[in-house]
Amino acid sequence: MSMQSLAVQKRSATTTTPPSVRVASEPVAKLIDISKCIGCKACQVACMQWNDLRDEVGVQHGIYDNPVDLTDQSWTVMRFAEYKSPEGKLEWLIRKDGCMHCEDPGCLKACPSPGAIVKYANGIVDFNSSNCIGCGYCIAGCPFNIPRISQKDNKAYKCTLCSDRVSVGLEPACVKTCPTGAIQFGAKEDMVARGAKRVGDLKERGYQQAALYDPAGVGGTHVMYVLQHGDKPDLYSGLPTDPKISPWVSLWKGVTKPLLSIGLGLAVLGAFFHYVTRGPKDEEPGAH
Amino acid sequence: MSIVMKSGEVPRYNANERVTHWVVAITFILLAASGLAFFHPAFWFLTSLLGGGTWSRILHPFLGVVMFVFFALMAVRYWKDNIIQPYDKEWQKRLSDVINNRDQNLPEIDKYNIGQKQLFWTMIVTMVVLMVSGIVLWRDTFGVFPVTVVRVAALAHAIAAFVLILGIIVHIYSAIFWVRGSMRAMTRGTVSHAWAKHHHPRWYRRVTGNTK
Repeated sequence: MSMQSLAVQKRSATTTTPPSVRVASEPVAKLIDISKCIGCKACQVACMQWNDLRDEVGVQHGIYDNPVDLTDQSWTVMRFAEYKSPEGKLEWLIRKDGCMHCEDPGCLKACPSPGAIVKYANGIVDFNSSNCIGCGYCIAGCPFNIPRISQKDNKAYKCTLCSDRVSVGLEPACVKTCPTGAIQFGAKEDMVARGAKRVGDLKERGYQQAALYDPAGVGGTHVMYVLQHGDKPDLYSGLPTDPKISPWVSLWKGVTKPLLSIGLGLAVLGAFFHYVTRGPKDEEPGAH
Repeated sequence: MSIVMKSGEVPRYNANERVTHWVVAITFILLAASGLAFFHPAFWFLTSLLGGGTWSRILHPFLGVVMFVFFALMAVRYWKDNIIQPYDKEWQKRLSDVINNRDQNLPEIDKYNIGQKQLFWTMIVTMVVLMVSGIVLWRDTFGVFPVTVVRVAALAHAIAAFVLILGIIVHIYSAIFWVRGSMRAMTRGTVSHAWAKHHHPRWYRRVTGNTK
């Protein structure tokens, strides 16, 4: 949902300035410290509860992931990965998956419907479902495989970072409910500092490659992870190492868009001026 | 092959052929309008033609299938007439004369000139690309393809559509505005003797048996 009370920085399929007169709030971020997550799934429940989502009760797949993937009703899921370190230590890497709220959102770049996706000045990327036409381009644009289209209404859904709560000064529901403090929320600057501090702690405790995941390829994200193994994001159920908007999408929604549009306009103008300067072709020149 | 003439007219397209052409033409207009709307926000207003963004998204692929099927009928019917011949190449060498309406003593061509023939083959390629990539993008009917395939399909769809629309702009301009007397071939089915003799002399001789 698009929040009237938040300034908008980017608006899908829009070439004019989006509504942005409000004093821009500072960029926010959610910090997910994977080294503190115990995989209790309270965040999943809080997300369902706050957003009035009730996914179908699925089946047990033999793993802890449940539901097994994001859906239109499950905007966040815990992904459990078992990792055996070179020293032979078994680690359980549990990643809370969901929208990363990219600074340069691929979904918004790909979306053809004006205002169906907005990025607020505070960094939250939000879907305005009433403007969504259900084409699925956001899925093609997303480097993290997040949006899901509902079978029921053919609209795309994903985590809103609780934009409705944030707009009135509350933290997202998952943050509020997390019992270990693994999920924190605040100004991005503060979250980066807190993440850096935590990375320092982890390094002291032997995780030499610990790092803050705030990938530069998408301009940074407004959901960040503290990773024990920052050099191998892939260990965390396939977290992309260097996510960026796919070059195919950049071509499609970048240069091609204005270039081909101008090309067609010129072709029509060319035809018109050919008629004006050369005139029609008669069977016998000058017969008409 | 010789055909009995009605009063001063040369038959060019029968009713069946004309209906096929116009089904392709009408679906093309609706597809180009809704497709451009998805392509660039400057064209977003064109979604109104099919009743808004969501209706455009729903109807566009079905219209695409109709256009593809009817165009396939045309392709089967006309491919032989569109094989490029040596005299077409000669004709092409005088393209600047053609463009400047200096048509005297052009090489004699058959039913189609080389521009028409090139458009025909371009349409075959673009229609196939559009159909294949369109299936990949038609997620509520054909489900989810790997994301890279979808991305490549989206780009291919846009480029093929651009080439097709560009070709059709030339086609529409030539048929309606530039080459007078062409339009009736697709509306009434016939052209004048003068038109046939002037623009397609080889074809004229072939269908009338008239050697003059």
